[in-house]
Amino acid sequence: MTAASQATAAASLRGPDAGTARTALLFAVGLTIAALAPFALYPVFVMKVLCFALFACAFNLLIGFAGLLSFGHAAFFGGAAYVTAHAVKVWGLPPELGLLLGTAAAALLGLLFGAIAIRRQGIYFAMITLALSQMVFFMALQLKFTGGEDGIQGVPRGVLFGVFDLTQPLTMYYAVLTVFVFGFAVIWRAVHSPFGQVLKAIRENEPRAISLGYRTERYKLLAFVLSASLAGLAGGTKALVFQLASLTDVQWQMSGEVVLMTLLGGMGTLVGPVVGAGLVVTLESYLAATSLPVPVVIGAIFVVCVLLFRRGIVGEILARLPGRKG
Amino acid sequence: MFDLLGVPPQVLFGQLLLGLINGSFYALLSLGLAVIFGMLNVINFAHGALYMVGAFVAWLLLNYLGLGYWWALFLAPTVVGLVGMVLEKTMLSRLYKLDHLYGLLLTFGLALILEGAFRHQYGVSGQPYPIPDLLKGGQNLGFMFLPNYRGWVVAASLIVCFGTWFAIERTRLGAYLRAATENPVLVQAFGINVPVMVSLTYAFGVALAGLAGVLAAPIYQVSPLMGSNLIIIVFAVVVIGGMGSILGAILTGLGLGLMEGLTKVFYPEASNIVVFVVMAIVLLIKPAGLFGRER
Repeated sequence: MTAASQATAAASLRGPDAGTARTALLFAVGLTIAALAPFALYPVFVMKVLCFALFACAFNLLIGFAGLLSFGHAAFFGGAAYVTAHAVKVWGLPPELGLLLGTAAAALLGLLFGAIAIRRQGIYFAMITLALSQMVFFMALQLKFTGGEDGIQGVPRGVLFGVFDLTQPLTMYYAVLTVFVFGFAVIWRAVHSPFGQVLKAIRENEPRAISLGYRTERYKLLAFVLSASLAGLAGGTKALVFQLASLTDVQWQMSGEVVLMTLLGGMGTLVGPVVGAGLVVTLESYLAATSLPVPVVIGAIFVVCVLLFRRGIVGEILARLPGRKG
Repeated sequence: MFDLLGVPPQVLFGQLLLGLINGSFYALLSLGLAVIFGMLNVINFAHGALYMVGAFVAWLLLNYLGLGYWWALFLAPTVVGLVGMVLEKTMLSRLYKLDHLYGLLLTFGLALILEGAFRHQYGVSGQPYPIPDLLKGGQNLGFMFLPNYRGWVVAASLIVCFGTWFAIERTRLGAYLRAATENPVLVQAFGINVPVMVSLTYAFGVALAGLAGVLAAPIYQVSPLMGSNLIIIVFAVVVIGGMGSILGAILTGLGLGLMEGLTKVFYPEASNIVVFVVMAIVLLIKPAGLFGRER
């Protein structure tokens, strides 16, 4: 059994129609809250949550549904942020093309990393992705176009599709929300497709999936590329929101952070990463105002999560709902 | 003076020596990782942080208790080993029955805590640590100048590495250890206290990291961030070497250090990433690693 499968045993037992109405209702409520959020909260803060939520969802696609722990997702997130920022600022492209280029770059990087990393499993997979992403970090530090320690600052938000002026906070907010909903829908579709079922089969028992005739390498690679692309989409969006792409985005701490968001929210649950991202971003902005060292608190949450509730918040709730005994 | 491949020999050998020193640290750390992994099936992400703690213990001993380098060489690994034993007993031991990934995640959290705490206390700038009097100065070897301390670091880590290899591969205790790696239940049935052995193994593995920290203190400065970048390179070393073999971990560490040194001479821009490039190539050709067994 892999890490995520224990966490999701309860979630994946959901019947095809029993929870559909409830799920649809839940998403309608969630979407309404998200649509109204900028009127109650600081829009940039909510946008940050949404970017990281998409990032965590993309990461979760890999660990939660394919059982692959990537410790190098910062490379896709940060790499796409750099490409989007460069395309929009230096080449003067509109934001939609910038995002597209950023996502494509992340997909390409994902294909490259994936092709190397899926040759090993488990812990080795984590170490390989970490090492490869560190390579991207050093390249970001040394290449000319990334601006080294300064990063790419003052990225213009521009006008989306020539119609929506993203310098308006609310317009930007709804654009980010649309990107998030699109990304989430892609993951939802992937997980509930035959492709997603094969991924789960690989997670549970890879030799058996092979013996059934599935080319598991291809499935894993496709999942890796999909996850990398969506992480890139999140990173590119983040570069537009904060008008900045910097080394923080490609550092290994960022990879660790997205692991934490997913672990805290619940690996292998669809909404878990969203909840985790919201909590971690909130916590960090709260801690920034205090004198407590952020890494220590983050590390402590990691330890507590691993030792006490490995299913994460959403995973625990799902496991305790009546009729969903795992 | 003659040139070698268009490079003055002082530069070439200087960088090779630097590479050999880095390689010694890679070897010591990847050896510790391999020993721990063999026994606990845990990849110890906190290894870099404990290396940093080792260096800091040496620095604290000198500045608060006035105990010098030679004391630190013994005390710091002991302290780090004890810390490791506590961590193993209280936390890691709860995770053995679960997926190995949880061990990685737990030690990642521990690394963040350790590093964050030291960073909070001492800032990010390095603290200088003096070279002990006995090892000051250097030797002129004709083709290059060898500082005594650097020679000592290489020699000391080689001795420790091969001592460990000998202890594990050639002694009775090592035989127990290897047997317990293969089949802990059976070894326990023969009356050997396997849980204690596991704790001691972890303590020994991280003590090696602590020792590396003390050795590194006079060369690099003592800083809270010294471990985090190193550990990622060491992970790559471990992937290249494969974790099946103790000797493999040592040789890969030294070899990659030298390779890094050579890259610094001939193409300095790539020196940061050469280890990762080698890792990618090795994975494409021999996925199990140079000395590894696929499992």
